[in-house]
Amino acid sequence: MAHDKLKSGGLLIKGGHVIDPAGKIDGPMDVLLHDGRVADVAPPNKIRGSADQTLNARGLVVTPGFIDLHVHLREPGQSYKETIASGTAAAAAGGFTSVCCMPNTSPVVDSVEWVTWLQQPQRGAVVNVFPIAAATQASKGAVLTDFRGLQRAGAVGVSDDGRPILNETTMRDTLRLAAEINLPVIQHAEDTRLTDNCSMNESSTSFRLGLRGMKVAAEAAIVDRDVQLAQQFAGARLHVAHLSTADALKAVRRGKRSKAHVTCEVTPHHFTLTDADVGEYNTYCKMNPPLRSAADREALIVALADGTVDAIATDHAPHATHEKIIEFEKAMFGITGLETALGLAITRLHREHRIPLARIVELFTAGPARVVELRGRGTLARGSHADVTIFDPKKRWTFEAAKSHSKSNNSPFDGWHFTGKVVATIVSGKIVYRSN
Amino acid sequence: MTKTARGSLLDIEHLDAKEITGLLQLARRMNPLKPRPLLRGKRVLLLFYEASTRTRSSFEIAAKEMDAMTTLVLSSGSSIEKGESLLDTAYTLQAVGADVMVVRHPAAGAPLLMARHLKIPVINAGDGMHEHPSQALLDAYTILRHKKKLQGLQVTIIGDIYHSRVARSAIHLLSKFGARITLCGPPELLPELATCLAPNLHISRTAEEAVRGADVVMVLRVQKERLAGLKIRLQDYIARYQMTLARMKLAKRDAMVMHPGPIIRGLEITWEVADCPQSVIVEEVANGVPVRMAILARALGKA
Repeated sequence: MAHDKLKSGGLLIKGGHVIDPAGKIDGPMDVLLHDGRVADVAPPNKIRGSADQTLNARGLVVTPGFIDLHVHLREPGQSYKETIASGTAAAAAGGFTSVCCMPNTSPVVDSVEWVTWLQQPQRGAVVNVFPIAAATQASKGAVLTDFRGLQRAGAVGVSDDGRPILNETTMRDTLRLAAEINLPVIQHAEDTRLTDNCSMNESSTSFRLGLRGMKVAAEAAIVDRDVQLAQQFAGARLHVAHLSTADALKAVRRGKRSKAHVTCEVTPHHFTLTDADVGEYNTYCKMNPPLRSAADREALIVALADGTVDAIATDHAPHATHEKIIEFEKAMFGITGLETALGLAITRLHREHRIPLARIVELFTAGPARVVELRGRGTLARGSHADVTIFDPKKRWTFEAAKSHSKSNNSPFDGWHFTGKVVATIVSGKIVYRSN
Repeated sequence: MTKTARGSLLDIEHLDAKEITGLLQLARRMNPLKPRPLLRGKRVLLLFYEASTRTRSSFEIAAKEMDAMTTLVLSSGSSIEKGESLLDTAYTLQAVGADVMVVRHPAAGAPLLMARHLKIPVINAGDGMHEHPSQALLDAYTILRHKKKLQGLQVTIIGDIYHSRVARSAIHLLSKFGARITLCGPPELLPELATCLAPNLHISRTAEEAVRGADVVMVLRVQKERLAGLKIRLQDYIARYQMTLARMKLAKRDAMVMHPGPIIRGLEITWEVADCPQSVIVEEVANGVPVRMAILARALGKA
């Protein structure tokens, strides 16, 4: 049986509601996948060609496979937190068919060898893995890496994520050289000179808890500077990672109005939680950038709706228990996010804030595909990769962190109720996740 | 929030006025000169990750006055130096038989973390910049030996409020009883955010204005060890905020001068003010013993 399926292939997704913002499709459609590609998308029962496997998608939404621009798969070197196998299993369960993994591993992914290593089949990835390589050697901010070589090896962007490029000359050189080969530069915007010893957003909560607070300016000032630098080089592509403040949004809007190629992503936790959620030293609400004020959160939601934001990215950052169940100031920054992203987006953005489902799908598909130029992904156009996400926009469910596919369970959303659940995730025409 | 053991004292913020009044009344019945064997056979574990003179010695004496056994564990010279985590140290000390744990720690929230995981009560003896509840209680106790009630009292807290756990606890406590609180200091040591701590807090940037008409002047030390790169020009600070006799003259005639210690004479306070008749700085230290007796007795259900 299994042998037959492998041989002939072909998967027909029948009776679903297709939302493909890239192809401007939003209606009842069947989708036929063949040989790892989209063979046809057509109104119900109008598909030409056949498949030996059919997936009934009645009542479900069928979209291009989700793309996450920002995950930490922790390999090489930190497999006690996550592996490529476990992280991509979590991605599949969250509806993501492609993930871009950050280079702040041990060692840092700053060479062709490591970029190649990440993509080898032995890693056991169940979804597509697109490496983001370090912009500078060991992400030390001094010597630039070999952008051309890294890109040829498969890197889709460069970033010193977690260790922002502070030096203006280095950032200028990074943007200039990356522009020559159309490579996006992804910046974790944080002026670390202003955030020393800080563990949350500067706010009434940080003052009350006696925690040193990060200032909004630490993010906004770097975004502002980077946007100005990006304007100086034709072809420079600046992508602002996990943008979290209203002030930084202003800089991005300025950049977008000018000729500069500036994009940005926002995480589900930043559009859902605020610094008040730190409550009584909840380390599962400790991340970098930190949770911000309610006004910042509202500004992010407006920007997600109006098109200023290009993508929802999770910043999935798994950590072991011993790195989180400790003193707040000592605890590692970051939370897991792959499996809760869609539930949060539908529950908060669609149901509460009335952002159309098609816009949310765009933020998970066409938007991120454009940021890192993943050709033939983020769309269901005929001939594109057969990466498909199927979800039930009305299904109510409860997230249990302990049952996560990730190796870690550092999520503030444990026990949260969501509306909107992934039903199936298909990569290259193969079902890699199916909910029961 | 995970439950914490009954009798824990983690902060003032989440105590209600009734609980505070109860502790202060109990403290008044504790007489260090007449030992009561309330805690005979109990083991009080003192776990100190930071330097301390007053708090440590008065908790220890308070425990011994009530016939408890005390054991002191310091971060230096213990397995903490070998990298043992806070929770593992806490589990270990619970396992050796501690009945209550008194902890001072440089990380805000550390006592709460312990209390969430231990079966025995935890007493916060100062956590980072967060709170120092026993200090606030002994300060209230001291004020009430000189003033009828806290309500309506004009209290001025002057100095490094940002880095001060004493200030946070004092503000919570005094505001629960309706004291009128003025905070005074330069913006680096007293950000505007401080007013979010409690209702009706006033900020003043000049010592003269802040002290005028005060019933209580609480002076705080500039915490050099927590400045973390912040540059404070001490000469400017002294010129503008040091508590001098001239400034004290602006307060009410019977105003009290308080300071949680350690005091740095010549910096935040002059020699003359520290030793003036209105100063209760030494009395505060003495009052630490009965107040901490009350805290320990409550923690172990003996009151």
